[in-house]
Amino acid sequence: MFIDFDKVLGVHQQALNVLGKRSRILASNIVNADTPNYKARDIDFRSTLRKVADSQGSDNGTVRLEASAQGHFSEVSTEMTADENLLYRVPLQPSLDGNTVDSQTEIAMYTENAIRYQASLRFLSGKFKSIVSAFRGE
Amino acid sequence: MSLFSIFNIAGAGMSAQSVRMNTVASNLANSGNTASSPDKVYRPRLPVFQTIMDRLNPGEANLGVRVSAIVTSNQEPQRIYDPGNPLANKKGYVFKTTVNAIEEMTNMMSASRSFQSNVEIMNTTKQLLLATLRMGQ
Repeated sequence: MFIDFDKVLGVHQQALNVLGKRSRILASNIVNADTPNYKARDIDFRSTLRKVADSQGSDNGTVRLEASAQGHFSEVSTEMTADENLLYRVPLQPSLDGNTVDSQTEIAMYTENAIRYQASLRFLSGKFKSIVSAFRGE
Repeated sequence: MSLFSIFNIAGAGMSAQSVRMNTVASNLANSGNTASSPDKVYRPRLPVFQTIMDRLNPGEANLGVRVSAIVTSNQEPQRIYDPGNPLANKKGYVFKTTVNAIEEMTNMMSASRSFQSNVEIMNTTKQLLLATLRMGQ
């Protein structure tokens, strides 16, 4: 008997990864709230998560590198490439110093992101608890 | 783990804001400064904030903020005719610094607000990391 952890845990492990990256991006926005000419950035959570989940899923037809010689990497790197996902936020109002960070919005988004992170964490916790109780058979 | 680097980002923000607080304190402490020539009088200090870019991963989020320089204001000191002042020059003028107390106070409030939001980020991140450590328990 063996458990496919990818199937049991679902999308939440990738979601945690993306939420962690997003909270880092939002934190850098808040920290740069007073930096002249700083442009606030963010990611589109839905499309990023889909991209990461697709590249990490094993049986949905993604392309794998062929390892033809010893020392070749057999797997495509599963690290999220943020390059094409990192977007610029559209500012709500212009500011004299060219900064587009709205502290209140960013803090609200950061908090929301943290709550989503905790939700995903709780789902994962529940999955692990289910696995353990299945082992015990009580 | 991207959450760990948030501590560095928020820490960089806190240190930049405390440098800003320092310049405000220095400006306010010297707000009554007078001298006999415009070169000797205190000029307000202003920190210049700059984003720390991640050169190794240009597509990633930046690494916070730093104070790239502290510049002195190029506003000319006020010239006041006060022949009775012991610092007055031969023509009877003293030069007074251009520190604007209202400007400095608003600057201080902005700095302390930003500092608080950085502390808030750190606290939230700490909670998330601790919750991650407790996963499955």
